[in-house]
Amino acid sequence: MSRVEEFGSSELSLREKLIHLNWEMVAMITLIAGIGFAMLFSAANGDMSPWASRQMVRFGIGVVLMLVIAVIDIRFWLKVSYALYGISLILLATVEVMGSVGMGAQRWLDLTVIQLQPSETMKIALVIALARYFHGLEADDAGRARYLIVPLILITAPMALVLRQPDLGTAGVLGLIGITMLWLAGARVWQFMLVGGAAIAAVPIGWQFLHGYQKQRLLTFLNPENDPLGAGYHIMQSKIALGSGGMFGKGFLSGTQSHLNFLPEKQTDFIFTMLAEEFGLIGGTGLVALYALLIGYCIYIAFRCRSQFARLLAMGLVANFFLYVFINIAMVMGLVPVVGVPLPLISHGGTAMLTVLIGFGLVMSCWLHRDIYINRRGAA
Amino acid sequence: MQNRDSDRRRMFSRRAAILTGGKFALLSALVGRMYYLQVVESDRFQMLAEENRINMRLLAPSRGQIVDRFGVPLAINQQNYQVLVKSENTPDIGATLDRLGQLIPLSADERARILAEVSRKRKFVPVLVREFLDWEDVARIEVNAPDLPGVIIDVGDRRFYPQGEVASHILGYVGAPAAKHQTGDPLLELPGFRIGRSGVERTFDLALRGRAGSSQLEVNALGRVIRELGRREGQTGQTLVLTFDSALQQSAMKALGDQTGSVVVLDVNTGATMVQASTPSFDPNTFTNGLSETEWRALADDERAPLRNKAIAGEYAPGSTFKMIVALAALKAGVINSDTSFFCSGSLTLGDGKFHCWKRQGHGHTNLSKGITQSCDVYFYELSRRVGIDRIAEMAKRFGLGQALDLDIPGSRPGLIPTKAWKRAIIGQPWVLGETLVSGIGQGFVLATPLQLATMTARLANGGKAVTPFIARDVMDHDALTGRPEVAPPDIGVNPGHLDLVVKAMGRVTNSRRGTAYRARIMVPGMAMAGKTGTSQVRRISRAERAAGILRNDQLPWKRRDHALFVGFAPVEAPRYAVAVVVEHGGGGSSVAAPIARDMMIETLKRDPAGQAPGADVAGARPADGKV
Repeated sequence: MSRVEEFGSSELSLREKLIHLNWEMVAMITLIAGIGFAMLFSAANGDMSPWASRQMVRFGIGVVLMLVIAVIDIRFWLKVSYALYGISLILLATVEVMGSVGMGAQRWLDLTVIQLQPSETMKIALVIALARYFHGLEADDAGRARYLIVPLILITAPMALVLRQPDLGTAGVLGLIGITMLWLAGARVWQFMLVGGAAIAAVPIGWQFLHGYQKQRLLTFLNPENDPLGAGYHIMQSKIALGSGGMFGKGFLSGTQSHLNFLPEKQTDFIFTMLAEEFGLIGGTGLVALYALLIGYCIYIAFRCRSQFARLLAMGLVANFFLYVFINIAMVMGLVPVVGVPLPLISHGGTAMLTVLIGFGLVMSCWLHRDIYINRRGAA
Repeated sequence: MQNRDSDRRRMFSRRAAILTGGKFALLSALVGRMYYLQVVESDRFQMLAEENRINMRLLAPSRGQIVDRFGVPLAINQQNYQVLVKSENTPDIGATLDRLGQLIPLSADERARILAEVSRKRKFVPVLVREFLDWEDVARIEVNAPDLPGVIIDVGDRRFYPQGEVASHILGYVGAPAAKHQTGDPLLELPGFRIGRSGVERTFDLALRGRAGSSQLEVNALGRVIRELGRREGQTGQTLVLTFDSALQQSAMKALGDQTGSVVVLDVNTGATMVQASTPSFDPNTFTNGLSETEWRALADDERAPLRNKAIAGEYAPGSTFKMIVALAALKAGVINSDTSFFCSGSLTLGDGKFHCWKRQGHGHTNLSKGITQSCDVYFYELSRRVGIDRIAEMAKRFGLGQALDLDIPGSRPGLIPTKAWKRAIIGQPWVLGETLVSGIGQGFVLATPLQLATMTARLANGGKAVTPFIARDVMDHDALTGRPEVAPPDIGVNPGHLDLVVKAMGRVTNSRRGTAYRARIMVPGMAMAGKTGTSQVRRISRAERAAGILRNDQLPWKRRDHALFVGFAPVEAPRYAVAVVVEHGGGGSSVAAPIARDMMIETLKRDPAGQAPGADVAGARPADGKV
């Protein structure tokens, strides 16, 4: 049972890996990022600085990182999965400590070269750790309640830390990623109900431990109309800008609401609104279609993988990517509360760009090593 | 084991498929939402976006000019240079103000106000530092512009009256609209907008204002102006042409000199005003800049009332200038004819009252002609006793006395022509005959304004046509100027023969050796003037005082001296102009008022302003619809 089994062409040389790499996926990613550069150029009123040029540099670094990750053997990632999770959790705890030393919510770790947001890397680490855990279970065990204790701890520990920041959006995304992984691994439907019920029951207890300002933020989160000059104003302006774009948009660099600063955060969280204002329904739908294509391609990769680890890893990472896309676009259109989730590959910002590209690197690694059989302990 | 893994794979595939379906469904929902916002609701959001972005700004129109009959500018707009500061363009607002203070001294108060406004307003909103800069200051600031970051020079309009105090009572002045003037017209809420507050500036305000333009501005979320999208220019206010001659007006002001009084000259055939002077006067330009409390108090409390337009609001006992009315009333009533004469012994006794003639030794036998020429008081006591006050009042009304004459200028006073009914109603006492006698010589209750006296004289001179005075060539039609309708003045219904008798007697006042104003006659051929003097008492002369000898005017304090009056017209043969002169507390009508009237009449006849239609020289001064 613990025997190493190898299949025909599973071991590839570096050259072969580069030949077999999903270059069409790299092209899709580059196309979306290119749209992002154009929007950042527009957000600066037709200027490469301050955003577009920096974003291009980041993207260049990120693509190299993605390709390096893609060619690394997937069994390496399996081996280091818990270690990666542990490091991410420590980083998260570190910013929590620094955050309580400094003023207010501190979510950034300044590593001089790059500012790191541990809650972003945590999303990937959580997917890897859960994929590792369920990879090691017997098919029937995944449905047994006692085998769910460890993954629930893996999920709730980082959630608790980001909740204390308080970053409700990221906590929610971590929860959704965890649930997705449990679902894919084969947890029973009644178990979801039980966990969901327990979570709802825990809300009034958890409420007691929150500070006054945290309660206030939670209430605003749940009902942005209570804060008409803050989030409510932003979402109204976003809807005006987007709606006034119409079918074909106002044209590149001609989005009046964006360029006259009625639209807040147009280079980061609300960049989709600017795109939809300038390129209309056609442009907005085109971008969503590109995202859908990329997501669909990643899911196709997941289906093609022989190992449970690779399947879960690819599917979990694409779920993370999907959540970015969906929450951001739904947020700017007023469908979900404003939670500060960037539009992946397009919004200005380093951590999100890097984590998304690292994720795609791992998905590509799944593709390159799709035929490798890995036993439950992690040996090939 | 293979089987187990394939179980696991099947489970994964099934659940991953469901998940994928869910993802695509959610992405489709996003597209659906986008369709709803961008297609279904697009119009609404487009409108909201335009509201966000476009700001309408009113452009204040330039106020219309006011010119005199010959097109001489009386009220114009000057460029008002303002210096403003925009805090976003200067690294240190304090340092900039320091440097600016070396060029135009800024007081500590001004500085505090500017800094307070700067901190209150948004960084790109200019704050006014000083307005009404003169050209040297502007030049100095411009030259030093590189050292004055954030300092802007702007030009606005400022009302200016080049003639200063010469016509200030006619023109009035402009001021910021008060709360009661707000009609919801957004123009009135513009900072710096001025409306007419007095004089013709007020009467013709709506026509002078013009129409506001507008500018469509694109603004960003902070309200900063990005660019102008469109502009509709405003319409400058209409030019107001007045009928008077500012050169003659200036002569009248000079003739009155330091004295307090008024001169009115009318065209006897139309009623057009040629001169309407009132002294002392004020400089309306000081009102534009805003008066200080002390300056205002000084003007308002001056006993010579510089703010009052005495020509229309000064009410004086007309004295002997009223005697023509009494004579016409008596002729009409048939109580006398041209030959009826009475004996003047110097006084007339009525009951236990004694009514004196100005000539203590008396005029002897006096008929109508002599009564007017020598202004015999006893003759008119006798006349009024016979006619009665109500018939005198009736005649006075025909000549425009006792009623406010609308002269296109607000503040016209009605004067007073008493009747028995009036006294009963207002004073609550019955009329006594003695009052009729003093009314007969224009004293007692009788009051008239210089404008009314000039109008009365014009109606005497023009053969009894009821001309009404006016001072603007055009009239208001809603909010625009339109040509004054030409209506032949109605006849006042006085027997031409009677009128002729009185007018002939007025000719002798100035031209007969015994006339009271013989010394003020006009000797220029063809300009001979007819007239009537008046000296109206403002104090009651007691019996004791009369016995002790009446004090001469120069022995009395100013406030108790007699008013000097004169009314006249010329030329006698074919009257063109009527004049009324009142000098408050000036002394005798013949010695003080008549010479002023003579000088004014000579100059008026020489310039002959009525010979030219008002505004003929003024380009663009026709009313909008072309009617005159």
